[in-house]
Amino acid sequence: MSLVAMLASEATRFTIVLVMVAGLYIVIARNNMIKKLVGLSLFQSSVYLLYLLPGKIFGGTAPILDPRFDVYANPLPHVLILTAIVVGIGTLALGLALAIRIKEAYGTIEEDEVLARDRGQASPATRKAGTRG
Amino acid sequence: MSLIAAVDQHLPVIIVLAPLLGALLVALIRVEIASWPIAVIAALVSAMAAFRLVFGVETLGVVSYRLGGFAPDLGIEYRVDAVNALVLLLVTGISLATLVYARRSVADEIDSGRVPWFYAMMLVAMSGLLGMAITGDAFNAFVFLEISSLSTYTLIALGRDRRALVAAYQYLIVGTIGATFYVIGVGLLYLSTGTLNLALIIERLPDVTSPRALIAAEAFILVGIALKLALFPLHAWLPNAYGYAPSAATVLIASTATKVAVYLMARFLFGVFGIHVELGPVSVTGVLIVLSLGAMFVASAAAVFQRDVKRLLAFSSVAQIGYITLGLALANPAGLTGAFLHIVNHALMKGAAFMAIGAVLLRCGSSRLDDLAGIGRTMPATSVALTIAGLGLIGVPGTSGFVSKWYLVLGAFDDGKGWLAFLIVASSVIAVLYVGRILEVVWFREPSKTALAAREAPLGMLLPTLLLAGLTILFGIDAEFPARLAGAAASALLGGRP
Amino acid sequence: MRRDIVLRVAAKFIMAPLILFALYVQFHGDYGPGGGFQAGVIAAAGVILYAIINGLGAAQRLVSMALVERLIPAGVLVYASVGLVSMALGGNFLDYNPLAHDPVHGQEWGVFFVEAGVFLTVFSSMIAIYYAFASRRAS
Repeated sequence: MSLVAMLASEATRFTIVLVMVAGLYIVIARNNMIKKLVGLSLFQSSVYLLYLLPGKIFGGTAPILDPRFDVYANPLPHVLILTAIVVGIGTLALGLALAIRIKEAYGTIEEDEVLARDRGQASPATRKAGTRG
Repeated sequence: MSLIAAVDQHLPVIIVLAPLLGALLVALIRVEIASWPIAVIAALVSAMAAFRLVFGVETLGVVSYRLGGFAPDLGIEYRVDAVNALVLLLVTGISLATLVYARRSVADEIDSGRVPWFYAMMLVAMSGLLGMAITGDAFNAFVFLEISSLSTYTLIALGRDRRALVAAYQYLIVGTIGATFYVIGVGLLYLSTGTLNLALIIERLPDVTSPRALIAAEAFILVGIALKLALFPLHAWLPNAYGYAPSAATVLIASTATKVAVYLMARFLFGVFGIHVELGPVSVTGVLIVLSLGAMFVASAAAVFQRDVKRLLAFSSVAQIGYITLGLALANPAGLTGAFLHIVNHALMKGAAFMAIGAVLLRCGSSRLDDLAGIGRTMPATSVALTIAGLGLIGVPGTSGFVSKWYLVLGAFDDGKGWLAFLIVASSVIAVLYVGRILEVVWFREPSKTALAAREAPLGMLLPTLLLAGLTILFGIDAEFPARLAGAAASALLGGRP
Repeated sequence: MRRDIVLRVAAKFIMAPLILFALYVQFHGDYGPGGGFQAGVIAAAGVILYAIINGLGAAQRLVSMALVERLIPAGVLVYASVGLVSMALGGNFLDYNPLAHDPVHGQEWGVFFVEAGVFLTVFSSMIAIYYAFASRRAS
């Protein structure tokens, strides 16, 4: 019961941590290179939320001086996260580009198959029915 | 005179801006012949600015530069003290030598259409590393970290082997996780203190009421940086990345990227959190000592069994980073001086070694250990440079590697840890094994067909290689200059916080 | 896709307002939420929409790959030049105050040119990413 109450009062923070851990789990647990990148993006997105959360002030408006308002949101987290989002886009684009090049060079984007092909072994997919995703 | 004064005032930003502008010009002009001269000039400007700044810092103490004229609590402040002045000088110097070296190697290894992009990426990586070292703003350091990382992934992916793609991909995943960990930690620090400026964070830390947030922040930041500096056991990305990247890129990454990450870790350990703070039930120094020892022994042992010289040297890098972090963990003047000396010396030695291997790769088309057989007869100068670098990695007296290990041993005794001094010497014995394998193949084997056909490396590659090898010897015989800078860095770090 | 009249007509109606809206976001950035990042992405979305509907070739006749590849560094160069000019006028790097006769106008000019540089780079980067992926033939 107390756990439910805690979850309710800290709902946003729990959401952030949930997204963070889910993203990291996907990166570690999945074998498909595109799926790993999706997890990585999710992981980064959670950090955007982590920064934006304290920047929000209830009733606050965009920090542009105007006589009608006197409560402003903190602009700094937004600026930082704008930068972080751009970094995230760059990372995702580069990662996807690498995945395409790997697909062209190896014919697969399953990480264990790629590594197996470099070792010169038969691909595990041929021995195992179906591939993990 | 007034012009010099005006330029002097802007030195910190010129260091970062010169390579960035160079990269923009290279990418804008995109003529293969023009790329190399622009890159070298940009690196030269940056190196000269760093050289001048080092002496400015020695007299002035701390040089601060406010970007956009904003006060440090609002804007970004570039802050140069004895610690990062050393790192700036190292990175600009090594980058300049690498770019001079790169011309023939790049022309051989990179498709001609991609050559301008390659130089642009080298310069962007250099700019990012310098920015990481110079900035006094925790979030700005993240941005520069990602700038240097993204360009590094690209550089690695430009390698000829298809395994370079996988290495770049794996490094991208690990590097991004590391950078994101770092930025989570910085976010927690920002929530606790309300500022991103490192100097202001230090001022406000005593007022922070929740120690738990600080512990979480420290853990996230240290693990994030540890991924970037390939601290054992987070080093799995490094051997492939170094092994399959184009030679010039390997030299740049191996001798600068991890060093800047070590600097950042030292800055946070000593400058922000304080080295002796307990992270919950464990002490930071204890963990760091254990991991450093793991790097020194496990990675060295792994290096012994490598068949490819580039991968062998990469594992050796992981081991040598262990010595540096060990110096940080000792947290006394001698140990820290040793750590910073080893940052410089390892950059020189590994730079020389990877440059020599790059030259061999150019002439023989292979960096496999067996193909290096007897290369000492046909490429004597390159082999001498490789030998000097190898002896430095062992820590033979007369090379700079000996000096830094000497300081580390002194630091261990100062800390009352004589067993640690013994382990430092013992791990050097493993270095004898892997360096010995290279030297035996290079000098005492009958030359293979490829080795007989090889000629001495071209002068443009040979000069930077021999320069770095020569500095390894010079700093081994007369360590006054680097020891002075490293000592100043150590006392600045230890004095920065009571 | 080329022959689908609904999509083509709808795209035509969307594209012009999209570009116009991008310019609005760009220039209104001084007074309200907006700026080069958002405007660049919106404008790039217009070009990418055009490429999706009319094919990559048609889009590259409109905005060629060579142009895009040069606009990326050009935008950053515009940004950096603002900093260089402010250094030449006696301020710190990217200090907008000395750019005009009084600091308020200086800030306005500085932000204007910086955002213009950001717009160019974001606009062209987005298109470059799309082109790079779309021009890759399936293997």
